[in-house]
Amino acid sequence: MRKPKTVIEKIWEKHIVHHEEGKPDLLYIDLHLVHEVTSPQAFEGLRMNNRKVRRPDRTFATMDHNVPTIHRNVIKDEVSKTQMETLKVNCEEFGVPLADIHHPDQGIVHVIGPELGLTQPGKTIVCGDSHTSTHGAFGALAFGIGTSEVEHVLATQTIWQAKPKTLNVKVDGKLGKGVTAKDLILAIIGKFGVKFGTGYVIEYTGEAVRSLSMEGRMTVCNMSIEAGARAGLISPDDTTVEFLRGRRHVPEGEAFDQLAEEWKALATDEGAVYDETVEINAEEIEPQVTWGTNPGMCIPVSETVPTVEDGTNENEKEEIKRALEYMGLKGGEPIDSVPIEHVFIGSCTNSRLADLRKASEIVKGHKVNPNVRAIVVPGSHSVKAQAEAEGIDVIFKEAGFEWREAGCSMCLAMNDDVVPEGERCASTSNRNFEGRQGTGARTHLVSPEMAAAAAIKGHFYDVRHLDVHATI
Amino acid sequence: MEPIRKHEGLVFPLNRANVDTDQIIPKQFLKRISRQGFGQFVFYNWRFDSKGELRNDFSLNQPKYENTSILVAGENFGCGSSREHAPWALQDYGFRVIIAPSYADIFYNNCTKNGILPVILTEDEVQTLINNAEAEQYHLTVDLETKKVYDSQGFEATFDLDDYKREMLLNGWDDIAVTLSHADKIDQFEAARD
Ligand code: SF4
Repeated sequence: MRKPKTVIEKIWEKHIVHHEEGKPDLLYIDLHLVHEVTSPQAFEGLRMNNRKVRRPDRTFATMDHNVPTIHRNVIKDEVSKTQMETLKVNCEEFGVPLADIHHPDQGIVHVIGPELGLTQPGKTIVCGDSHTSTHGAFGALAFGIGTSEVEHVLATQTIWQAKPKTLNVKVDGKLGKGVTAKDLILAIIGKFGVKFGTGYVIEYTGEAVRSLSMEGRMTVCNMSIEAGARAGLISPDDTTVEFLRGRRHVPEGEAFDQLAEEWKALATDEGAVYDETVEINAEEIEPQVTWGTNPGMCIPVSETVPTVEDGTNENEKEEIKRALEYMGLKGGEPIDSVPIEHVFIGSCTNSRLADLRKASEIVKGHKVNPNVRAIVVPGSHSVKAQAEAEGIDVIFKEAGFEWREAGCSMCLAMNDDVVPEGERCASTSNRNFEGRQGTGARTHLVSPEMAAAAAIKGHFYDVRHLDVHATI
Repeated sequence: MEPIRKHEGLVFPLNRANVDTDQIIPKQFLKRISRQGFGQFVFYNWRFDSKGELRNDFSLNQPKYENTSILVAGENFGCGSSREHAPWALQDYGFRVIIAPSYADIFYNNCTKNGILPVILTEDEVQTLINNAEAEQYHLTVDLETKKVYDSQGFEATFDLDDYKREMLLNGWDDIAVTLSHADKIDQFEAARD
């Protein structure tokens, strides 16, 4: 009998171009996604060395990180504008397809890849962005790279990679009502820390993972990097296949059915061995809120913010102290009593149609608290259009949310969407680092449902206790 | 890229764990389209206050660390965003070597592609170096050929770095040129699949 293999090993082996003992493998890249911030220096490098893009047909570019989300044509920041114009010029010169700011396919790079069906099981996918792990939800090996590597992939369609170790994150049981994929991944990082995945590729397995929608799976895989893992993936199954059926870049009819069988055969074999396994039970997970300055600093919404004394050693105490100071928290207060001034629903973690639908169900019939400024930024142009077709925009707007154009927006505040110094934001994004949403801004990561509840209440609130008027 | 074989320099101790790339270079400085000139923005939010004045409470601003070229920091250094602007900024500021107990993967790779040597030592060794450098002006020598770190007072530690990365750093080689020497294999691979 053949040795049972993990999905990770299967994809890896199919992509080795060159192998030498003791050295990294040269791996073929099926799909290279490009955006405006981490690519200019890479194209410049090609130009300086007289090199071409080897496979423009395997490369796809968009603009997301610093696009404006209010008026598309008003780009106040000259340097942002230059970056977008530079991408356009580069794509034209090197023949790379581009969904620019006015294109109907534009959106956050990790939202549009799956939407267009570019992301497929078994592919190797890279992008100069650490949240490329999102595409792992489809059973693709997808990871973020630096700009030198972007240049390398543009020129050679390959990358040097040491074979990673494999880590099985097994989630048994079922997630409770009101507990989402976001709570699951935050709880995982909260339990095992922000670096337990370093040096590994994670595969998420178990009943709770299998029952997630593709959107939920993307949310989980998206934050693998927040656990230190460059990639996180989920074995392809019927849910994966059905999501991709009919998308623009997948074949139709019989060809699709045949491909679907190949995809499903990639799933990890019964009895395959991982280098490491950790387990968590879905039943014990509550809605989560981060209190500190990295995603591992999170607690269930029913709990109190830790105090310095909760640190188990001097370094940890110091870390808690610094985080509390930055976040303007005393320690010991119930997290659901902490007032907020901003709500951001968006980012490559939680800006897909399913996320917006769920948040709108919570919002329906309520009003945004007068002390809160709340914005919804759809992940792509197409998410926005679909949401509008369903009337989701109206629900948000009637409640007092701002309804924006697609982009990264307040996730990293490179455009005009910035949280002012000292103010607090309930955010559906993935990073609560110091200064991430603006200098001195205080970010609390939550699910879209929890963000919606916080917008209504003006403070964190267990969404499971909120009256939901929605009938959709 | 500039080769690095043996480097002697002044140590700057950064006694913090999980220093993320948003701290190393905040996003408002990512908008340039060249690789140069990022050094002035390194650790911006720690070095400057909201008015853009130098802050006294961040030690890198002290005159005694002027001309530092070796950064010693806590575990999981460089976590977060994949921005290569982080090593560009560190390198442009003058750092050639970083020493820490562990790094985020992408950052680690980005360093070796930009002529920065990321050294991994044990937590205890790192703590010793941090203590020494906090106490007084402290110099270290890092030798990539023998994979050793030592000072003039008897501290010595060895580190590991995979042969491929070591060779690239020692010679200052460009990855792409090496890969293109395998171009025939890439052609074959594509011919078999497309
Ligand atoms: S939404 Fe945020 S995390 Fe995602 S790609 Fe954009 S900036 Fe990065």
